[in-house]
Amino acid sequence: MDFALTEEHKMIRESARAFVEAELMPYEDEVEKTGEVRPELLEQIKQKSIENGFYAANMPAELGGGGLDALSVTILEQELSRTSMALQYAVARPSGILMACNEEQRERYLLPAIRGEKVDCLAMTEPDAGSDVRSMKATAVKDGDHWVINGTKHFISHADVSDFVILFVATGEEDTPRGKKKLITAFLVDMGTPGFEVAPGYESVSHRGYHNCILNFDNCRVHETQILGEVHKGFAVANEWLAGTRLQVAAMCLGRCERAIEVASEWAATRKQFGQPIGKNQGVSFKLADMLTEFKCAELMTYYASWKLDQGTMTDSDAAMAKLKATEALAMISDEAIQILGGMGLMNELPLERIWRDHRVERIWDGTSEIQRHIISRAMLRPLEQ
Amino acid sequence: MKVLVPVKRVVDYNVKVRVKADQSGVETANVKMSMNPFDEIAVEEAIRMKEAGKADEIVAVSIGAAQAQETLRTALAMGADRAILIETDELVEPLAVAKLLKAVMDEENPGIVLLGKQAIDDDSNQTAQMLGALTGWPQATFVSNIELGDGSLEATREVDSGLETIKVNMPAVVSVDLRLNEPRYASLPNIMKAKKKPLDTKSAADYGVDVTPRLKTIKVAEPEARSGGVIVGSVAELVDKLKNEAKVL
Ligand SMILES: Cc1cc2nc3c(=O)[nH]c(=O)nc-3n(C[C@H](O)[C@H](O)[C@H](O)COP(=O)(O)OP(=O)(O)OC[C@H]3O[C@@H](n4cnc5c(N)ncnc54)[C@H](O)[C@@H]3O)c2cc1C
Ligand SMILES: Cc1cc2nc3c(=O)[nH]c(=O)nc-3n(C[C@H](O)[C@H](O)[C@H](O)COP(=O)(O)OP(=O)(O)OC[C@H]3O[C@@H](n4cnc5c(N)ncnc54)[C@H](O)[C@@H]3O)c2cc1C
Repeated sequence: MDFALTEEHKMIRESARAFVEAELMPYEDEVEKTGEVRPELLEQIKQKSIENGFYAANMPAELGGGGLDALSVTILEQELSRTSMALQYAVARPSGILMACNEEQRERYLLPAIRGEKVDCLAMTEPDAGSDVRSMKATAVKDGDHWVINGTKHFISHADVSDFVILFVATGEEDTPRGKKKLITAFLVDMGTPGFEVAPGYESVSHRGYHNCILNFDNCRVHETQILGEVHKGFAVANEWLAGTRLQVAAMCLGRCERAIEVASEWAATRKQFGQPIGKNQGVSFKLADMLTEFKCAELMTYYASWKLDQGTMTDSDAAMAKLKATEALAMISDEAIQILGGMGLMNELPLERIWRDHRVERIWDGTSEIQRHIISRAMLRPLEQ
Repeated sequence: MKVLVPVKRVVDYNVKVRVKADQSGVETANVKMSMNPFDEIAVEEAIRMKEAGKADEIVAVSIGAAQAQETLRTALAMGADRAILIETDELVEPLAVAKLLKAVMDEENPGIVLLGKQAIDDDSNQTAQMLGALTGWPQATFVSNIELGDGSLEATREVDSGLETIKVNMPAVVSVDLRLNEPRYASLPNIMKAKKKPLDTKSAADYGVDVTPRLKTIKVAEPEARSGGVIVGSVAELVDKLKNEAKVL
């Protein structure tokens, strides 16, 4: 067993950390206060991250991406997430699902996404189909060599700054031993296609400057060449990448955990009450010990799953456990960090209140904690069922 | 022109240094180590010379434990072309470092050697000067600006009284100061490329240099904690305090 990171892994960490400190963190206050990332700022970050090779680093080198292994992608994500969602997002990592593009789609979507010319978003969730995503009501019906899309998607992240959406809609039904099951197809749909509207989403407690949107489709016609993968095989395309997305969420939590622990430790060591640093009280120091232990546990599980992804042996359960542990660790750590700071923890002078507000979504998106437990327990019980 | 850049692995500048319990030195176990910040500036300057078409090869050298490889890889990822590690577990003093560097220079024939003005661990600030003396090359120390000319360079030096500009013939030894430039962070593609760049490992014996320390460390201790200062209200009060409290007047 070898837990050592390679020199390359360590350099990626150092370099990404320096990049985040120099190019992203200086804008944290501005974004939190205005709730926006100015278009010029978004462009500036994009250019800097292209220059330094962080843009689309998750994509293969042959296609112009960074060509990183999964563990490196995790480490990069961990470092980028030391800052806020809105700023870290500006260093785009196109969805891995785009690797399913055919030749012609590569030219039109995948390669421009890697070059920073087009931005993608992904839409599955609907008002009536969240965890039970297969129950989606949006449909596409074939009409000659076109498909006609109708329905509504909500909670769609950064659709307001995207150029196209990877859209999942129902295209039929099949009979299975457990009843009728919808068949899902993935489409690539350009913003501005007639019959497709991107509307502002909800105001959320999390992620200032990073918005969710509502997508409305009203007899939106798209050509059959816009289908990603095969008809009715949308989930086959998605499933291959969903576990990777869960690792990304886990990695994101790690960076936030670390930053919260740093702020809290520094405070505990220097803030004096009753004539001594508050960290001298076990009531405070034991909290720190538990925070670090939770973090290390989450980090090990996330690195382990990433390493397995590199070996080609990662299971859905590995990714689910990493996401579950890391998101729950961040919940505990961001809350306890604020407790250690006392009143100052709630104030926007320090990043903790943001980390605490932002963390809440991590246990919900990309599969709620309950859905992760469902995945983990199913893998345990299925083999034992008679 | 070839640029030689020595880089040292030191305790990271963010780390609060602690003295070992047995007072034999400072704690380095489980402590984050990085490239000496002044050396980063030297590497950056070398890369800028290369980007400006004034240098064609950058060779980074480190003298130290096997882990100093990481420091060299960082230099390679920033943009150095080749690296040499002179591996030793001894604590190598500035004179021995200078002798080893001279031996490397004899083999490599660089047109300029760019060094950090000092390393932030022992703060000796001696290597560049000793190297200048050993090689007989002109030296420019504490440099905050370099203008490369034909066969010579103009260096702006930060001295106590302000800035001094001197002209030295090349080849030359130059030690760099904080304000020379702002070092870049390694880009991802360069990190990936660094893996494939050559890194030779040598020993001090390969160069026939004896690195046995000439100094004996008796003990290392924390400096005494400083007691807070006071703000005086007037010159009269200051004079009074100097006379009657500090008793220095
Ligand atoms: C800020 C934000 C951004 C998002 N971005 C995107 C995006 O870009 N694209 C996209 O497609 N989606 C996106 N989502 C949607 C996200 O994936 C869903 O919110 C998530 O899948 C949960 O669905 P839901 O919110 O409808 O909750 P529901 O599915 O209604 O769940 C409500 C509660 O019931 C529990 N529950 C449901 N089923 C079970 C079960 N079988 N067993 C036990 N408990 C269960 C859940 O765990 C949860 O606690 C985003 C969401 C948010 C909040
Ligand atoms: C929104 C807001 C409004 C407020 N309004 C008012 C107001 O109107 N008037 C007013 O006077 N004050 C007000 N306060 C101040 C509030 O009462 C203090 O924040 C509170 O007493 C805690 O003090 P502190 O924030 O300085 O934290 P600290 O006292 O510094 O505590 C930091 C951490 O150390 C822990 N700690 C400290 N000592 C020990 C110990 N001996 N053993 C174990 N743990 C210890 C604490 O439990 C905490 O986790 C307000 C605070 C806030 C956030």
